[in-house]
Amino acid sequence: MKLLKLVPDNTNIQFLRWRVPFYIVSMLLIAASWGLVLSKGLNLGVDFIGGQMIRVTFERSAEAPVAELRQQVGKLGYGEPVIQRFGKPNEISIRMKLPEGAESDASLSDKMARTITAEIRKNHADARIDGVDSVSGKVSKELGWDAFKALGFASIAVAAYIWLRFEWQFGVGALFALVHDVSLTLGMFALTGMEFDLNIVAALLTLIGYSLNDTIVVYDRIRENMKKFRRMPMPELLDLSVNETLARTIVTSVSLLITLVALLLLGPDVIFGFTAAITLGIFVGTYSSVYMAAPILIWLKVNPNSFVPTETALEKQERLARERA
Amino acid sequence: MLDFPRWKVIWLWFVTIVCVAAAIPSLASMAGLSWPSSLPEPKVNLGLDLAGGSHILLEADPAQVRRQRIEGMEESVRNKLKQESKPIRIGDISNRDGALTFIVADATQVDAAREAILPLTNGAGLTGQRDWDINVSDGNRFVLTPTEAGINQAVTQAMDTAVEVVRKRIDALGTKEPTIIRSGPTRIVVQVPGLQDPQALKNLLGQTAKLEFKLVDTTALPSDVAQGIAPPGSEIVPFANPAEGGGVPAIAVKRLGGIRGDQLTNAQQTNNQQTNEPVVNITFNTEGGAKFAKLTTQNVGKQFAIILDGKVLSAPVINEPILGGSAIISGRFTTESANQLAISLRSGALPVDLKVVEERTVGPDLGADSIRKGMIAMGVGTLALIVFILVTYGRFGVYANVAVILNVLMIIGIMGVIGTTLTLPGIAGFVLTIGAAVDANVLINERIREERHRGRKVVQAVELGYSEASRAIFDANITNVIAAVLMFAFGSGPIKGFAVVLIIGVMTSVFTAVTLTRMWVAQWLRRARPTEIAL
Repeated sequence: MKLLKLVPDNTNIQFLRWRVPFYIVSMLLIAASWGLVLSKGLNLGVDFIGGQMIRVTFERSAEAPVAELRQQVGKLGYGEPVIQRFGKPNEISIRMKLPEGAESDASLSDKMARTITAEIRKNHADARIDGVDSVSGKVSKELGWDAFKALGFASIAVAAYIWLRFEWQFGVGALFALVHDVSLTLGMFALTGMEFDLNIVAALLTLIGYSLNDTIVVYDRIRENMKKFRRMPMPELLDLSVNETLARTIVTSVSLLITLVALLLLGPDVIFGFTAAITLGIFVGTYSSVYMAAPILIWLKVNPNSFVPTETALEKQERLARERA
Repeated sequence: MLDFPRWKVIWLWFVTIVCVAAAIPSLASMAGLSWPSSLPEPKVNLGLDLAGGSHILLEADPAQVRRQRIEGMEESVRNKLKQESKPIRIGDISNRDGALTFIVADATQVDAAREAILPLTNGAGLTGQRDWDINVSDGNRFVLTPTEAGINQAVTQAMDTAVEVVRKRIDALGTKEPTIIRSGPTRIVVQVPGLQDPQALKNLLGQTAKLEFKLVDTTALPSDVAQGIAPPGSEIVPFANPAEGGGVPAIAVKRLGGIRGDQLTNAQQTNNQQTNEPVVNITFNTEGGAKFAKLTTQNVGKQFAIILDGKVLSAPVINEPILGGSAIISGRFTTESANQLAISLRSGALPVDLKVVEERTVGPDLGADSIRKGMIAMGVGTLALIVFILVTYGRFGVYANVAVILNVLMIIGIMGVIGTTLTLPGIAGFVLTIGAAVDANVLINERIREERHRGRKVVQAVELGYSEASRAIFDANITNVIAAVLMFAFGSGPIKGFAVVLIIGVMTSVFTAVTLTRMWVAQWLRRARPTEIAL
């Protein structure tokens, strides 16, 4: 059987030749992402800012009557609703601030939910209420802080481990790649205005997981080659390492994309934003392993001598082969 | 490296089969098959975001517990000092500003008062810690401040009772499979799966059901009451339903001398025989009945207020002593609200108010739809992945594929045994784990390809492929575990769900993608002794 080979053997692409322009572009993208996040802001869900979200599907309509709903819900006296498509065109989420005094009297937010759903049901016979989320301001602050802590501590601990296993420069590089990935994803969320909630944080964590996995694979090969070719200049050595792992990078990425595209096209609408974030992360993560994590080793001047050339299994085989000969 | 002794082979298969077998009940339930109840049932529960249902987070206010304790202390101190062989008179009592202060009228009795109060301030526990600090200033002014330890213990006790009360009320509603757990020092999580209306539940949990009977202070001027000014020793309490007060929004009641309606044996919703209005019929226990009889006997002809959670339900005149140990509470109820009050009273009052601070409800239609679509997508995705790996790696691809499938089954099996819940973020963890498992095999197979390309013999290439790739696989998985453990420690609900699946998945994916495939490859190499491999 003829097997599929996505990447020919012995590629010799000079990835690192373009490291400076790529770095500049990446830096600009990171800056642009933060600019967007700070100026336009993330479309934070009720998980993080508190409030109430009602999800509605209009079962017999091709498209949800958004303008009509805005007017109908708006006149109930609870302020302007934020109405947004959720998955398909006939699925929407309506977000409201919690009414005045709801922090001390939870029945007020209940009453609001009932009033709004009754109004929708009255005007739209085919409306199906899919869910109601009410999160108080206090809880939402905690959820946001918990998510931030989890992300922050996990990132730092992971960088520390890589420092321990490799060299401090590798730890910095991995952390840098990680910041790059998270920034760009946040930038995409700010740009598209997709809702950012706790589930998206889980997607962000998945993305970080993939990206780190990629970074470690490239770093592992760099470490191996640094022991093997002690006099090779760093740019050349990095290129060699990236090329040697290229087939693996492509095959793994394609494998992941196959599953993700299936989820994206056929999966439930609730996880669309979530899957989209991970899919984007595959590209961003793969890119960052090559162009963020690797070149930084040149600039941080990794010392090839820092890896004591202990005998690897490979070298042992070679030595034994020599001895036999 | 490629040497697998028989005991190791048996052991590896044993672990695999046990974990996979544990997944059977979960798979059966996902496929909609019934599972015989006589067999053990370690099933993965689907989270509310997938299966539909309600999640309600209730929170108590510790400040309220503090307030209640100080009020309770006031009553105890009054009674205690009154009962002394030589009663000690006190005055200028205040329970504001987080402490109880009072003045002992006769300065020579200060030491006697301290002696008398001391037993009231000891901790209930064996720690020897004091629940209250006693300070005497200006010679005869007592200041009793609850200690933090005492308050914390009181909060813990109140929450323990609250969980019990919540459970009783939920059971009384006939709610199916509720989950009720303490979360942190002052919170309770209530989860109710499936097609159930959370409204009734929330109404019920929001009701503290603290029932009191207090005498109406008829000396209060209506104009003062309207302005919220109460005569000394009385307080203004609003009507639950203004119509009950005949247009007056509130009423003045005497702070002391009333009784609490917590000593009940039963409470039922019935209809008033004359007016056919829904009412609640309560039955006191012996002690409560005696107290109620005493109150009504001593106050015939006077008006008393029935107060629920700080609001007056009704204020009838006591026409005759009520000695039978039961009473009827009216208060312009609907059948539903009367029934709800009856349940609340039966299950006991909550020791502290609970507020809903977070609520999530997912409609069951959405849940079912999500699961179905999710299953289809996963199925199609996995199938496509299997084909891709097969055409890329041939025989080695078969091993990798079997490993991935076993990996999924093992994760489900382990999750079922330890009783975790699969949520949407959990699925993300699943996807990441499967990705990592596929990647492990890709790393190994690419390395074998590479080594073959460098001209190594088959066995050597395979051996090197596994040993050299293992390093990166090891590092990558350790990183994931570190991240997952920290996420579990610091994250909230959804992030925890992600972390749990990730931790399980890392273990199973290394086991299946590295250990099991190596065993299969080794067995094949020994059996077939190929000199050339297609890779």
